[in-house]
Amino acid sequence: MADANSPLYETATDYVRHHLGFMKFGQRPDGSWGIAHSQEEAAQMGFWGIHVDSMLMSLLLGVIFMGIFFTVSRKATSGVPGPLQNFCEAIIEMVQTNIKQSFFAKNDLIAPLSLTIFCWIFMMNLMDLVPVDWIPLLAQTMAGDPHLYFKAVPTTDLNITLGFAVSVFFLIIFYSIKVKGLGGFLGEFAFHPFGKWALPLNLILELPGFLAKPVSLALRLYGNMFAGEVIFLVIALIGYFQLPLHFAWAVFHILIITLQAYLFMMLTIVYLNQAHTVPHEAH
Amino acid sequence: MDLNATIIGQSIAFIIFVWFCMKYVFPPVNAILEERQKKIADGLEAADRAQRDLNLAQNKAAEELREAKIKSSEIIELANKRASQIVDDAKDKAREEGLRLINGAKAEIDMEIQRAREVLRAQVAAIAIAGAEKILETSIDQAANEELVKKLASEL
Repeated sequence: MADANSPLYETATDYVRHHLGFMKFGQRPDGSWGIAHSQEEAAQMGFWGIHVDSMLMSLLLGVIFMGIFFTVSRKATSGVPGPLQNFCEAIIEMVQTNIKQSFFAKNDLIAPLSLTIFCWIFMMNLMDLVPVDWIPLLAQTMAGDPHLYFKAVPTTDLNITLGFAVSVFFLIIFYSIKVKGLGGFLGEFAFHPFGKWALPLNLILELPGFLAKPVSLALRLYGNMFAGEVIFLVIALIGYFQLPLHFAWAVFHILIITLQAYLFMMLTIVYLNQAHTVPHEAH
Repeated sequence: MDLNATIIGQSIAFIIFVWFCMKYVFPPVNAILEERQKKIADGLEAADRAQRDLNLAQNKAAEELREAKIKSSEIIELANKRASQIVDDAKDKAREEGLRLINGAKAEIDMEIQRAREVLRAQVAAIAIAGAEKILETSIDQAANEELVKKLASEL
């Protein structure tokens, strides 16, 4: 097993750094396209590169989760449900209960959106509980390259969490404009909370709060998952004593991964509800 | 911090997944959930209705039972009355019959007495005539004295 004591890694820092590196596909400095062999090379690829490992895991988990729900939706009956259908229904009902409590407009998108966010992020977070070396080792063995970078937990990639957050952000803008009109949407920043004579002050107060929404969404999830991952890595460094510690941290982490997935879903619902709500002063 | 095209890739994947979920996964499951809710509501309502029906039927049965009891007691009373009436009738009839028998017997006895008296009277008349014949030593013309003898006999 390519653990921390393997001769592959010279120091513990090497081990941690290698586990935190991404398999990035992009244009190398010499102009050829391919996978970066070091973090320096990856950094030189700039924006137009893609984290193959994150995307692969993300898509794989998304397909698994969607596949389960799709199978259930094909075979579902309104009679006595089977265990899998029961499980899926419980999740859907949990999502719908939360929507009912915090989303007061009528929107067919919100429920599937919330369900996808919750399940998908939960699945991604769940990869955190798989021992840190397993999935990278599998990928390295399959690729035949012991130095391959492979990050197994997509939510420890800021790009992935930002992908969610930016999509939600655009949905917020879309529905704000759809419900309130462009004027109403911009008016919320310009004439709120102090009226039209304090327009610059209003902008200063309102815009950062609005722009902070996607950033806080993405960074909260990323930060929690990244910190958890780093602690798993550090625990993995200490040899055989890692087992009880790993178990303890994993148990605690079950709470965190569920909570973070739930929070992301909840905040999405709340933000979209705000997008659908016209403030009282606007009337 | 390495921000790159993964954001775009993930956003696209996210949009596709949400679209897929909205299009193919959510509606059937949601429909089924609603259908089951309706089924449960219907079932509960049916159970309520059945309970109500049961109560109604029980009430009805109790009422019927009560009525039947009243009717049966009426019938028993009627039967008792009838029975006592029959007994009374029989008693009356028996009494009448007895009276009739007694009267018949009495009449017969009277008739017997009358007859005996008749016989006696005839015999007394014969004896009186015989005595008178003896006294007179002559034979009285029976025919001439018939009237006299008869008168005598009837006075007895």
